[in-house]
Formats: sequence, C-alpha cells, structure tokens
Amino acid sequence: MAAAGAAATDLEVMRGKRAALYFAAVAIVLGLPLWWKTTETYRAPLPYAQISGLNALQLRLMVPVTVVFTRESVPLDDQEKLPFTVVHEREIPLKYKMKIKCRFQKAYRRALDHEEEALSLSSVQEAEAMLAEPQQQLEGSLTVYIISEHSSLLPKDMMSYIGPTRTAVIRGLMHREAFNIIGRRIIQVAQAMSLTEDVLAAALADHLPEDKWSSDKRRPLKSSLGYEITFSLLNPDPKSHDVTWDIEGAVQRYVQPFLKALSVAGNFSVDSQILYYAALGVNPRFDPASSSYHLAAHSLPHVINPVEARLGSSATSLYPVLNFLLYVPELAHSPLYIQDKDGAPAATNAFHSPRWGGIMVYNVDPKAYNASGLPVRVEVDMVRVMEVFLAQLRLLFGIGQPHVPPKCLLSGPKSVGLMSWELDRLLWARSVENLATATTTLTSLAQLLDKISNIVIKDDVASEVYRAVAAVQKAAEELATGHLASAFLASQEAVTSSERAFFDPSLLHLLYFPDDQKFAIYIPLFLPMAVPILLSLVRIFLETRKSWTKSEKTD
Amino acid sequence: MAAPHTTERAKTTLAGLLLLSVGSLAASHIEDQAEQFFRSGHTNNWAVLVCTSRFWFNYRHVANTLSVYRSVKRLGIPDSHIVLMLADDMACNPRNPKPATVFSHKNMELNVYGDDVEVDYRSYEVTVENFLRVLTGRIPPSTPRSKRLLSDDRSNILIYMTGHGGNGFLKFQDSEEITNIELADAFEQMWQKRRYNELLFIIDTCQGASMYERFYSPNIMALASSQVGEDSLSHQPDPAIGVHLMDRYTFYVLEFLEEINPASQTNMNDLFQVCPKSLCVSTPGHRTDLFQRDPRNVLITDFFGSVRKVEITTETISLQVDSETTVNRYKEDQVDEELTEPLKYAEQLPVAQIIHQKPKLKDWHPPGGFILGLWALIIMVFFKTYGVKHMKFIF
Repeated sequence: MAAAGAAATDLEVMRGKRAALYFAAVAIVLGLPLWWKTTETYRAPLPYAQISGLNALQLRLMVPVTVVFTRESVPLDDQEKLPFTVVHEREIPLKYKMKIKCRFQKAYRRALDHEEEALSLSSVQEAEAMLAEPQQQLEGSLTVYIISEHSSLLPKDMMSYIGPTRTAVIRGLMHREAFNIIGRRIIQVAQAMSLTEDVLAAALADHLPEDKWSSDKRRPLKSSLGYEITFSLLNPDPKSHDVTWDIEGAVQRYVQPFLKALSVAGNFSVDSQILYYAALGVNPRFDPASSSYHLAAHSLPHVINPVEARLGSSATSLYPVLNFLLYVPELAHSPLYIQDKDGAPAATNAFHSPRWGGIMVYNVDPKAYNASGLPVRVEVDMVRVMEVFLAQLRLLFGIGQPHVPPKCLLSGPKSVGLMSWELDRLLWARSVENLATATTTLTSLAQLLDKISNIVIKDDVASEVYRAVAAVQKAAEELATGHLASAFLASQEAVTSSERAFFDPSLLHLLYFPDDQKFAIYIPLFLPMAVPILLSLVRIFLETRKSWTKSEKTD
Repeated sequence: MAAPHTTERAKTTLAGLLLLSVGSLAASHIEDQAEQFFRSGHTNNWAVLVCTSRFWFNYRHVANTLSVYRSVKRLGIPDSHIVLMLADDMACNPRNPKPATVFSHKNMELNVYGDDVEVDYRSYEVTVENFLRVLTGRIPPSTPRSKRLLSDDRSNILIYMTGHGGNGFLKFQDSEEITNIELADAFEQMWQKRRYNELLFIIDTCQGASMYERFYSPNIMALASSQVGEDSLSHQPDPAIGVHLMDRYTFYVLEFLEEINPASQTNMNDLFQVCPKSLCVSTPGHRTDLFQRDPRNVLITDFFGSVRKVEITTETISLQVDSETTVNRYKEDQVDEELTEPLKYAEQLPVAQIIHQKPKLKDWHPPGGFILGLWALIIMVFFKTYGVKHMKFIF
C-alpha cells in the first residue's frame, strides 16, 4: 500500500513537474513573442536606402541651346562643319551636399531662309517679331542667333542682345578660332538668361551654411503651391479724402496678365479691400525745408505691424499671403514722403518687406484741394500704382536683374511685365529648391523615426513617402534631359507628397511613458503569473541537480 | 629746391589721406558685416502662450499668460502670429466679482483682458495632444488658420508656459501631464523640419528648470522661474477678488517688459537678471548652451517684438496705359444700382416649431455592455447559489 502510495505521489510529482515545464514553455515560446509583437509600434516599410541615396543625388541641369549661324557670321570653312553639337558642363561650386552640374548643350546649325531674311532687317525688334511666330519654344530652352560682325541689326558698340522671349543675338567673328570665341560668348549670354551660381545660391539659401548674410538671398518667397495676393487701400482720413480706385480694372489689365505668365509657378488668387481709419503706427516728422512730412528709413520696420492686425489676411487661405498696401495720408500729414538712408525722398515713395509685401504712399495732388470743400474726391492713378506694385511683386518673387555680360543690350520686358527667360530662371531656381526641400523632409523623417521610437507609420503615409521618392528621382531625370516644365511639376509633386507624409496627423509620437511607469503597468499583470512558474522551474532545476550529484555519488 | 620738397610732402599727405579714407571705409565695412553677423536672421516672429490650469483658484496662471500676451502684442506681434491657449475662462467665470476682466495688479490697476483678446485654444481644447500638434504642425486639415503655427525656417518663436508642474512634468487641466522628454522630442521634430530659426522657452511653474533639462535641439534658449526642488511662489492676493493675481516671476518679467519699446536695444542678459532670489524667493534659471549666438547680442525684441526687415523700392516697370477704362466703369455702376434689393432678416427663432413640438420617437438600441454585464453577473450568481437544476423553471 505504501509503495503504491509512494508510486502515486511520484507520478503526481512527475506530472506536476511536467506541467510546470509546459507552462513555462508556453509562456516563453508563445507568450513572450506575442507580447512583443502586439506592443510594438506599427511601422509600414519605408525605402530608407533610397532616401539616403537621395542625399548623394547628382543634379544635372541641362539647358538646350540652339545656335543659328547666318551666312556671313563665321568663315566659310567653319560653316561647312555645321551642323554639330557642343556640350559645356560646369559644376556649380556650392557648399551643398547634392552636387549640381550645369550643362549647356549647344546645337549649332545653319540659318534657314526665313531666318536669314528676318535677321537682315533693320532693327532687332522687327527681326524678333518676324522670328517669333513659327516657333513655340519649350521652357528652359534658348535660341541664339549669330549675325555677321558688321551687321547693322545691333547698335555699333553692342556685341550681343537679349530679347524678351527666349532669343538672343550675338555678333559673329571672321577668325580662325571663331567657334571657340563665339562659344564662350554664347555661354556668357546663356548663363545670364538661365542659370548662374547666384540664382541657385538664392534658391538653396535655406539649406546652405550661413556664412554670407546678403539681403538678396533672404528676399525671395519660399516655393509654395499657391499664393494669395491682397491689394488694400488704407484711408485714415475719410472726412478729408473720398478715395476711389478702380482695382478690378487694374487687376484685370495689369496684374492678371503678369500672373498668367507666372501661372506655371503656382496658383494665384487675388483679392482687394478698402480699410478706413487705419493709421500707420509711426508719426511722420515735419520737414520745414520742403514743407512736407517725412518717414525716416529706420522707422519703416515699425509701420507694418500695427497695420497687419487689421488686414485680415490670415483668415482666408493656407497659402502664403502677399499684401500690397496703398496708403493715402491724412490731410494733416500730407504730403508724405519716405526717406531712404541718406535722407533723400524715395522716387517711388514705396517700400517692401521680404516675404510679406509692399506699401506705397500715394500723395493727393495739392491742386485738388482748391476746388470744393472737404471731403475731396480722389481718383487713384492705377497705372502709377501698379507699376510700383508689380515691380515689388517681381522683387518678392526673386526675379531681379541678371548679370548681363559686357556690351550687351538688354531689352525691356514685354507689356506683361515678365520676360520668358525670367520665368525660366524662376522655374530652375524653384525646381532646385523643391528638390532640396523634399530631400531634406524625407531625410528628416527617416532620422526622426530613428530617434523617436514610438511614432507610428501607417500604410498611406508610407505610400506618400514612396511617391515622394519616385517624384524626386523623376524630377532629377527630367532636369538632366532639359524638360524644365515637367521637371518643375515633378518637383512640386515631390514637395507636396513629402510634406503630406511628414505632417500627417497620425505621426504624433505616442505619449511618452517613463520606464518606471512601464514597470508599474506590467508588474501587476505578469508578476502573479511569473512567480509560480519561475519558482517551480527553480525547484525543478535544484532537484535535478541534486539527483545528478546523488547519482554520481552512487556511481 | 624747395618745390620738389613740397611736392614730396604733398604726395605723402595725399597718400596718407587716401589710406585713411580707405581704412575708414574698410573699417565701416567690417563693422557693418560684424553688425550683420550678430543680428538674428529671422524675418517673422511667432508666440505660443499656454496656460494649463483650470479652476478659479488658478486665476494667476491665466493672468500670467494674458499679461505676456498683452506685452507681446504691444511690442508688435500680430494676433495672426500668436497662438493663445487658455485652459479656463476667468473673465466670465461665475465667481469673478468683476466680470469680463482679468487683473494683474493689486487694487485692479491693470486689466489684461482688454477688448481685443483672441484666444485660439480655450477650455477643454488645451490638451497635451493639441499642444504637441500645434508645435509639430501635425494638425488635421480642417483646423482654421488661427489655430496653426505656420512658422518657417526664418521664424523666431517665443513659447511661454505656466501652470502647475513638478520634476520633469507639467500638469495640463488637472488630468494629464506633459513630460520634459516629450517636449524635447517635439522641439526636435520642429528643428528637423526647420520650423524655427531660434526658440525662446519660458516656463513659470514649480521646479520649472526640470522642463528644459532634456532639450537637445540647437538654437533654443530657455528660462525658468525656479530650480528643481524649489516652488515658484505667487505674488499677491487681492482681497476684492479673493485669489492670487500673478506669479512672482512673471510679475517681475512684466515690469521689465513694460520698459521695452519696439526700438529698444536691451539684450537677453538683462532678462536673465530679472527677479533675483530676494524678490522671487525661488532661483530663476536659464539655459543657453544650445543657443548659437551670445545672449549679450540677442535683443529682447528678437523674440518679444516683431521687427520687420524692409527695403525701399527703387525700381518700377513701365506699363502701357489703356484708355478704354472709363466706358466700362460707368456701365458697371448702372448695373450695380439696379440689382440691389431691400434686405431682410432671416427668421431668428422658429417659435412655432418649439411650442408645438411632438415628442420624438427614440430608436430602440440593443442593451449596451454594462447592462449586459450586469445581467450576466446576476444570472451567474443566481445559478451558482441555487444550482443549474432550476434552469428548467426559468425557460
């Protein structure tokens, strides 16, 4: 009986040991991985390798240039070598992680008959008018006509001419090394019309290390999908001035054509408003010499803030807003002039602030006061105002004066206010800027995910990242083949996708749990289960060790 | 014989004058460059002002935040660039003996709740999640523009937080907390996306210095009202209102800011000296190791004010004048006059619908989790006590 009882308890003990072992096995083999898998943050797979590859991307900006030689421009034996293609490639020396190479692909050819005819007219403008019709030039491309050295198309001392559309005219040379010399001149003119180091440096200003603080680099607006332009008329003294302005007509006639020419660069929306009793925050000083009031240059920065609160520009859209204000000074402070740093009144009576907009002071003609009593009816001369506002708009966009080579005649802009190759320069700068921004955003996202371990990446965020990477690569390819318009669109898509991925609301890092709080949560759950298992494991281990030593002893 | 001598002297004096002028030109150029180098590179200013406490006895935290708001607005930052988060409404609180006012001085000298206060996040919208979303920019697309921090890489941001805090955390709304690690991570995310040029972080809570211990992103300067282990004390109670009106540190910061105008050249070192231990009882602290410029060269108005860079416009473009304008305009005026109709108000109160309202039939919903659980418990207890054999009497 006792032996049977002992055998039964032995069996019980064995069963108990096996049960404890199985418990432990299930807990460790199944439970631990299950717990680990269910408590990790979900991260959809991202192309980390491709993102780090984007940083080492080599941007090759290709400008296709068509060079047309007329009959007497170069010596005959050189003319017989036509047509052929010359490539001029140069690396832009910027301290940026991406290498940027600028490549001018010059396709030399002989002039066609109608081109010869056009270029033998008397003035450049007529020649251009004749040449412009049949061609439709691609964005980013240039056409350079080489005329004979003694042609009278250009004025006597001018070597070259840059036109408002994407054409230029250069004097040829009857010389053995004609092609080399002309080639260098072509490069100079082409660089002025498309890409130079300062254009790219301005575009990449936010990404380059800050060692130069020139104001030119901080002036342009950042690239964005759209812009909102607001024209405001400020009338602080309605009792004396009854100001009306034909803003709708002016916008339709002068601003809309300009914006239509720029429409590739983004969506523009224009609004206008009139504000009464809106004063500038600064008191102008009276100058007895000219019996007028002056606003000193150092007080101009304080003018904008009190006015901005009343403009209401922030309520409308999420695009960056450009404000253009026309201020008609009060009767007590008329006429009002803006002084520049040297104390002389500014010719335009206007100033602008980078990334914000511009303000112009419109003085009422003193002759208007004689006629009737107050309020005096003031009709704003929209042409004068729009000339200043459009010039400020150009400056705010970064369309400035290019560095023209010496002895070069630069034609004035078309009636639209924008030359085609200025738009090209803007698109080049914007494409590079967009690519830089998209690359930085994607790299930052990858670095953030590395540093902060509890950010969740959902599938749609991952697909946006893939789309952004593909768009960056496509934009780089298009830039290398010289298709500027499609490269710009691809770069915009890259920026949009990368920003959407980075700023997705789901990426908020889960609230941080300090380590002691994590222990406090897990201990009441796991400890009651873990203690019996561990203790029984320890006991099993001790007993087996005892039985080994016992068996050794008996041996 | 004297002539060549004098010409020699003349030549040397001329050369000397030339050198002097060139030297002074070069010196002024270098000075210009040096001045530009020390100036901050920002083009706009933003401010995020957060009050995290609720309940009437935390009146002083709301007054703190509103006082800083008022100073910041006075120095030039517009409302569109200020994100103001107040966790409770003191001005319209039923316990406020002077409704629509929030005072910051004893004897009700200064009402900081003026006519033009714009609160962006109010009451229960002030949560840790919303605060982090504002900072990092991960805001749902339907958020209005006034609730967003639309800063860029050229913005200087001022962040002011006040409330009740402890070692490493700040309490929001008496129900949740933000830890210093979360705040540091949020600033790192802002830095990665270049959402700020420079950041000034001011915190007025107990043990405030613990909140800036963990920052690791560049260009951040931090000020706190007390060190770890110290409490920040309040300034003065008002017998008429019955609560403490301000905290000491913010009170003295405000006194300091009242003397600043948009053109002043006071720098950050003066702000660090505000509220010494004798006045504040706690020891204010600051952290500048992450900041690139020397605090001596940082102007107060770099963060508290909004000074724009302006340039005089010197160019114009020439436009062609169109002469067909006047005819079109007269036509438009006439058309406008014909189209105006008399305006009327829409019905404000649909009284008929309210008075003769029939009770709406509510849809039947199956019982929810709690009810089901309760009944399951009752049935289980019943069958445990009386045994399963009673089941057949039920069904």
